[in-house]
Amino acid sequence: MAAIEILDLEKCYLVGFWRKRRKLALRPLRLTIEEGEVFGFLGPNGAGKTTTLKLLMGLVFPTAGSARILGMDMDDPRVKSQIGFLPEQPYFYDHLSARELLNYFGQLSGVPAKGRSARVEQMLARVGLSDSAGMQLRKFSKGMLQRVGLAQAILHDPKLVFLDEPMSGLDPMGRREVRDLIQQLRHEGKTVFFSTHILSDAEALCDRVGIIHQGELRGVGAIAELTSERQGKIEIIFHAQKVPAGLTSLGAEARVSGDMVNAVLPEGQQDAALEVLRRDGLKLISLTPVRSSLEEYYIQKLRPTDVQREVRQEDDRKGVGV
Amino acid sequence: MNSGGMNSRIGYIAFNTFREAVRDRVLYNLIAFALLLSGAAILVGEISIDIERLVVVNLGLTAVSLFGVVIAIFIGIGLVSKEIDKRTLYTVLSRPVRRWEFVVGKFFGLTGTLVVNTFLMAIGVFLALLYVAHKFEKMDVWVLVALYFIVLQFLIVCALALFFSSFSTPLMSAVFSFALFVIGSLAEDLRGFARITHGVGGWVATAIAYLVPNFSALNVISQVAHGDPVPGRLILYNTVYALLYSAMAISGAVLIFQRRNLK
Amino acid sequence: MSATRRVNLVAIAVLFFSMAGAMAALHAIDYLRRGSVAQDALYLRSSKVLRRLSLGYTGLLADIYWTRAVQYFGEQHHAGSRDFRLLAPLLEVTTELDPRLLPAYQFGANFLAPQPPNGAGLPESALSLTKYGIEHNPEQWRLYYNLGFLHYMEFKDYAGAADAFAQGAKLPVTNALMSILAARMAQHAGEFDTARMLWVTTYQSTKDALIRENAVEHLLALQVDEDVTRLEQVAEKYHEQTGRLPASMGDLERAGFIHGTPADPKGRPYKLMPDGRIEAQDPESLYFITKGLPPGAAPPQPRPVVKPDSK
Repeated sequence: MAAIEILDLEKCYLVGFWRKRRKLALRPLRLTIEEGEVFGFLGPNGAGKTTTLKLLMGLVFPTAGSARILGMDMDDPRVKSQIGFLPEQPYFYDHLSARELLNYFGQLSGVPAKGRSARVEQMLARVGLSDSAGMQLRKFSKGMLQRVGLAQAILHDPKLVFLDEPMSGLDPMGRREVRDLIQQLRHEGKTVFFSTHILSDAEALCDRVGIIHQGELRGVGAIAELTSERQGKIEIIFHAQKVPAGLTSLGAEARVSGDMVNAVLPEGQQDAALEVLRRDGLKLISLTPVRSSLEEYYIQKLRPTDVQREVRQEDDRKGVGV
Repeated sequence: MNSGGMNSRIGYIAFNTFREAVRDRVLYNLIAFALLLSGAAILVGEISIDIERLVVVNLGLTAVSLFGVVIAIFIGIGLVSKEIDKRTLYTVLSRPVRRWEFVVGKFFGLTGTLVVNTFLMAIGVFLALLYVAHKFEKMDVWVLVALYFIVLQFLIVCALALFFSSFSTPLMSAVFSFALFVIGSLAEDLRGFARITHGVGGWVATAIAYLVPNFSALNVISQVAHGDPVPGRLILYNTVYALLYSAMAISGAVLIFQRRNLK
Repeated sequence: MSATRRVNLVAIAVLFFSMAGAMAALHAIDYLRRGSVAQDALYLRSSKVLRRLSLGYTGLLADIYWTRAVQYFGEQHHAGSRDFRLLAPLLEVTTELDPRLLPAYQFGANFLAPQPPNGAGLPESALSLTKYGIEHNPEQWRLYYNLGFLHYMEFKDYAGAADAFAQGAKLPVTNALMSILAARMAQHAGEFDTARMLWVTTYQSTKDALIRENAVEHLLALQVDEDVTRLEQVAEKYHEQTGRLPASMGDLERAGFIHGTPADPKGRPYKLMPDGRIEAQDPESLYFITKGLPPGAAPPQPRPVVKPDSK
């Protein structure tokens, strides 16, 4: 059975002072997510990821289309007790402690009173907040709030978890923990639908990804297929008028553009290739691991102008470059 | 896992609202200010000999009423608009909570908070009264009735604040609610005015005069300050009116909120 | 039916039920608290306190009190009450809050002075209110007019009335009738004409429906008084000429004293009594007549029920 079945869901906002201009936040979206799958919803900021999640949560209403969640209509109140949701940059009641908040959400989700507090403590431990569980949430950092948000999303042991940008606002350690948590959920057989604009997270976690841009689903693919080839290669760029013969014999795919050469070759040949350049007295410009194929795929699905901006953002974030 | 019935969910939301409100320090500042004013009434009363009781009741109850209204608007809007603004509502509505349950639960929680607030402020008024008169008199019962009417006012203000925040920004909701409080305090004059206006204007005036909340019949402060009794039937009618008017505002809030896109 | 639809329907039902209920409760409250807004004037007699309480919005508060005064008078009148004791305080508070609210002085001059049930029966209050008004609005001829009117109608003080009208006539903006009235006061001339002129001026110088209606009733009554006086003179003349009293209006017509059958302003023929007196057919409906009444008739009855909302 499909966990999520989105049938041409569309959202259109009326904007402007007189609400006369139509703005299509989500073009008719058709997407199916299987039970037990970890699905990554990729796209730049403002692409329509959050809109999709809000539509599925019933926070905004679709202009057209429908969706079925766990075999039920998405309006069905019974759906809500079997799903968990982490909003983007979550924020909770200032004057409640993490423990009180989780207890309250447990009540609302219908977690039986018996064993509720044990469950709350268990969740606090799972997200590493046991020590600050009694502190009021207004004193929490962004990262801590993100953890509380994760705890509340899985508190009632839902079959299906929606996470909107679960890694944002977290330090490297926190990101790692969230990754582990999603892996655990996968092992428990949960379905996870999460949105992100960080490709490496998606690549590490997802079974499949969907790429959305400007409110339109541009493509869906399985990570395993996308990453099978071109793994473990490097790309070197250097000043030269033509491809040196030594490189070709190392198995490099090279092309010349102007006075620069761009060559891709197996990781193991890195030292040999550099040796060739040194010997020929060629000036090296950069040496980078080849972009993952997911990134290639992502870029291919986005328009060129947007691609450049996105790539730059990604590179800045990863610190990859010269 | 689906053991929580709808009534218990409303109860949970109400309790959480109450807890959130009573922990907010801003509230205590306002209550403190109201108590201070009741205390100041003693000083003013001492200056105007023979009318200490009059001044204490007038000033004390007016302070309770005005600060209470500010608190009612403040938390009524704050606790609802903030949930939308800060998106705490997302995590509530992604649970088996219906939107109407949220609205109704909020209203009950806010009402509870206001009753407790009024109770605290009322203690201040009665202490001031005790200080100037050295004993309680029979007519002080009417002061209690006036306080009860003030709570009814808060009920309506709170329902209105909730209604406005179901579709408007916090600032505009506050402005609307306060404006309606002022207009509603003159509701009887407004209806009197409508009665002496003719033609289309008269119809419009009558419709408006009947739709704005009637706070003037709920204000018996100057009456009880003079020790005049409040008729039992007025207590009954005012209670019925306040409950029904609140129900009206709340069902309006539910109707709007049901359709609202939470951006 | 979806859950959402069901909630919507219930909410709509609750909305309408509670709205209807709230309106009904409001109606009951209004009935219970008739006139109680006016009571405030008793609790807050001091306009100084009111000024403070109004936080500077004295204009608005004055308008509110003015509305209350009009409503109070209308309601008491409607109920046939002879008790108008709140009218003076309400008007005083109104004018102290906003001394330039001219309609309030107008209202006071017309309804404070007359005896109940046509007014509060407080000519002195009317006089002091008018003087207070002149003090703050010395350029308004209407206030001098009111002053003269009160002197003439209530106190029969011709000199005072003449003085007031003369002062009003000297103002840059005035009514041409003011100087004529001043002259008439000095001469004590023609009671009917003077009174008529006063009521016409009253009628013309205001837009207040209540005051206008009052003036019209007075003008009608004046007409009846004048008709009755004239017809009784005719009957007397007939008696002198023929040596007997006229048996009917027909006798007077045949003798050439009158043309047609004389009728009051409401179209009902006058009655010729056997003793030569003239009576109005329905004196009850002519509220201010002083002549044409049956012998020993009661003083003027309450004026018509002037419901504020009847028009």
